[in-house]
Amino acid sequence: MVKVAIWGSLRRATDGKAEVEVEAGNFKQLLDQLVVQYPGLKPQIKRGVSLALDGKIYRDNWFVKINEDSEVVLMPYMVGG
Amino acid sequence: MKNIHVSTTVNGDPTEFICAPDESLLDVLRDRLRLTGSKEGCGSGDCGACSVMVDGRLVCSCLVLGAEAEGAKIETIEGMAKGDDLHPLQQHFIDGAALQCGICTPGILVAAKALLEKNPNPTDTEVRYWLAGNLCRCTGYDKIIKAVQAAAAEMRGA
Amino acid sequence: MALDENGKRTFNIIGTRPPRPDGIDKVTGRAMYGADATAPGMLTGHILRSPHAHAKIKSIDTSAAEALSGVKAVITSADFGVPEDDYTRDVQDNCMAREKVLYDGHAVAAVAAINAGVAKQALKLIKVEYEILPHVTDVDAAMKPDAPIVLAGYAMDGLPKGMSENVTHHFEFGHGDMDAGFAKADKIVERSFTTAATHQGYIEPHACLATMGGDGKGELWVCTQGHYHVRGVCADILGMDASQLRVTASEIGGGFGGKTTVFIEPVALALARKSGRPVKLVMNREEVFRASGPTVSSSTDVKIGMTKDGRITAAHATLRYQGGAFPSGTVQFGAQSAFAAYDLDAVQTIGWNVMTNRPKEAAYRAPGAPMAIYAVESVVDELCQELGLDPLDVRLKNAARKGTKSAYGPTFDDIGLEATLEAAKAHPHYAAPLGPNQGRGLSCGFWFNFGGNTCVTMNLNFDGTVGITEGNPDIGGSRASISMMAAEELGISYDKVRTIVADTNSLGHNDITDGSRVTFAVGLATIKAAREAIKVMCARAAKIWDIDADAVYWEDGFAKPSGPNAGAFEPMSIEEIAASSPNTGGPIAGHHEVNADGAGVSFGVHLVDLEVDPETGATTVLRYTVFQDAGKAVHPDYVEGQMQGGAVQGIGWALNEEYIYGQDGRLQNPGLLDYRIPVASDLPDIDTVILEIPNPGHPYGVRGVGETPIVPPLAAISNAVSRSIGLRMSALPMSPPKILKALKSKG
Repeated sequence: MVKVAIWGSLRRATDGKAEVEVEAGNFKQLLDQLVVQYPGLKPQIKRGVSLALDGKIYRDNWFVKINEDSEVVLMPYMVGG
Repeated sequence: MKNIHVSTTVNGDPTEFICAPDESLLDVLRDRLRLTGSKEGCGSGDCGACSVMVDGRLVCSCLVLGAEAEGAKIETIEGMAKGDDLHPLQQHFIDGAALQCGICTPGILVAAKALLEKNPNPTDTEVRYWLAGNLCRCTGYDKIIKAVQAAAAEMRGA
Repeated sequence: MALDENGKRTFNIIGTRPPRPDGIDKVTGRAMYGADATAPGMLTGHILRSPHAHAKIKSIDTSAAEALSGVKAVITSADFGVPEDDYTRDVQDNCMAREKVLYDGHAVAAVAAINAGVAKQALKLIKVEYEILPHVTDVDAAMKPDAPIVLAGYAMDGLPKGMSENVTHHFEFGHGDMDAGFAKADKIVERSFTTAATHQGYIEPHACLATMGGDGKGELWVCTQGHYHVRGVCADILGMDASQLRVTASEIGGGFGGKTTVFIEPVALALARKSGRPVKLVMNREEVFRASGPTVSSSTDVKIGMTKDGRITAAHATLRYQGGAFPSGTVQFGAQSAFAAYDLDAVQTIGWNVMTNRPKEAAYRAPGAPMAIYAVESVVDELCQELGLDPLDVRLKNAARKGTKSAYGPTFDDIGLEATLEAAKAHPHYAAPLGPNQGRGLSCGFWFNFGGNTCVTMNLNFDGTVGITEGNPDIGGSRASISMMAAEELGISYDKVRTIVADTNSLGHNDITDGSRVTFAVGLATIKAAREAIKVMCARAAKIWDIDADAVYWEDGFAKPSGPNAGAFEPMSIEEIAASSPNTGGPIAGHHEVNADGAGVSFGVHLVDLEVDPETGATTVLRYTVFQDAGKAVHPDYVEGQMQGGAVQGIGWALNEEYIYGQDGRLQNPGLLDYRIPVASDLPDIDTVILEIPNPGHPYGVRGVGETPIVPPLAAISNAVSRSIGLRMSALPMSPPKILKALKSKG
């Protein structure tokens, strides 16, 4: 199981939980599992999320490997100027 | 309104063109003579990107009518280098990284050349005030001022 | 951590300052920008814009304009379909209003004519009947339940009931127990701030030249930060396959985020399609102000608690950003970055994105961060004053460092904030004496940076020189940096490499030049492309020597046998390998395609001394120093250039620049005389100190540097003004009348 930190305003979709646990070995599995377990997350995931994995931000990479002890933080999809 | 026939000199070459009575010198240079080195940033004389010399006087070519060029001597950025020999200002702008996007660069070079012809040994403050009519959004002006001073020193033979 | 699997630590070319490859073109006037191209039979396009902030379009009659001699096409929204995709539809509606105009300057029709005079005359003949609707341009007013609704149906899921429909997004970030944190504080400061909308102020207005043949194939020449993005959006709007639209990026006369979207390009293509002739469309400066993409304006509340000895115990911010007439996605970056510089046990940020009757905001250098960090850094400064603490010591005491759980969630890896603060503290600027009416201010700044989709091809020419083909418009000298990285990796001299920015047909997709991504991501792809070519070159040398490819390695531009067992061969130069390549298997190239991650965050600290004239309220910046972590400065001149340019844009934001709307909802200062950006005589030298704390995510340690420098100036200047006049300022810009008013209120 991977622990995923959920940002504040998304917690309405996770019964108020700041951290949820899902079975996932990569980013895609993580997103798929989040949608299955917490359907309320689907609109934001569709709009776009980034994944911070042990401090490194990934925007799209489905197959980046996630370990059980990885720090996983969901973030809004990153843009810039 | 009928177009006007104008005979002038651009960068030393005798040049003729026709233009509408309300057409700016900048539009003539860019659209009729294909000298697109002078840029339009505002069309109102606020940004200096269209700076050229008319009879030895620094002007915003967007505020001058094409018809006013009759019998005048026009100098633009395209005439600044002599063949492959860059003017010291041009060389120092490259060496000193005094440009990023480069859109303001032609106007600033024309204006800086006019300054150094008048005042070969300006203070930084004098350079800053002389170039206050030439907007640059990329560099924060720091490297521009330093490049102008480096060129001035070279031209003085210092 | 190993920076690089190849273990490269010493550099021959990286860190030097060679001349940029586009230098001569740009100092001689030869460089071709958006408005500089022409095509045979070209028409001139002009756009008719709404004089109203908010109105229903009852009818548009274009018949008189169409009948005018010399007019070749007139279009309105009726000439476009209605895209199913929300994003495409919004972009199209912003380019050409459908049903309603949403802001002063919103496009309603366009003409293509044989010259500008005829085009302007034709615009006057277009009759638009409007039904004027109530409007709103202020963020706090737009959030009220009874505010005029800009666009209905855009509020995202989960927004609280009872708010105006103008509120589109709500974000919350943070961790820890806020109540417990504030209970531990010896001093709490709570204050509200506003910032005005500003414009990127690129000197080159938007411009493009569009051609559409009867065969459905299109060509577009355009000044943009991202021509692949332009292609995608325009193809969607015009109902074309992406493959049929080739987009070439011109030289770009400044962007700063403002050229990451499309405003006129679909209109030019539609005019070209309808007229059957090439159409050049160039915005004038007034159009740039009224109808491109300025920043959000903001309204922010910040509350921070601190102990007597300067430890922050809790920090809270609520951010309200208006992003104009369509949903914007900016407040989340403000809410994430607001407290990024601090190591906090209890932190919460709340953000709201709001629509108003203003032009849709676009990115501007670190979008969303400057206004948030301005408010936070102002309150931190006020706490330092109240508690009699040194503002640099307090920041050092609370600084985020490796291992800090950031305010936005992830734990930081190697970051350069502490080193940057230490450098500022040790700098003579910090100890220099101040005169009367003078103040010193400082602020931290932060930006995330990212990588993104990137393709690079490295071609080895038969003479041993190298061409690099990349797909990101060069906005700050990136072609020089990319050539340097290629030369470094190949071990050849810089002048043997030429880098060009390719059109959309010549490479796979490249993301927009944004997010401070190019030197990082294109650099990374260039290095990998060069390594691929090196592998091929080693294999060719091995073939000639008749040894195993594994027994050959590359060093300083030569293939060499790896040891005595491999054979006693003279090193083979890149020139020899290139020249013999037709005999050894054909041309040699390397390429790399990646969606790069691992950009590495960037921190900076700015220090400013200034003087406020008590008679006029005018502020003069006397001394300015920028400290920033660049990871590894590839071309230090252009790193400094980013630091200086960003600082000066921030100075303008702090002191002068603002979008001013009248009661009628119209923009009152759409020109460079009344929207005053800093000029040379306003400024001192901008000194720079580059720190190099390598980014573990790049082979050479590079971090993006372009965006962070615009973040700190807002608070640094405000803190210096506040200390100078003995009064805490809380609204930007601090133009002379506003400072004078504050001084008078003080008595």
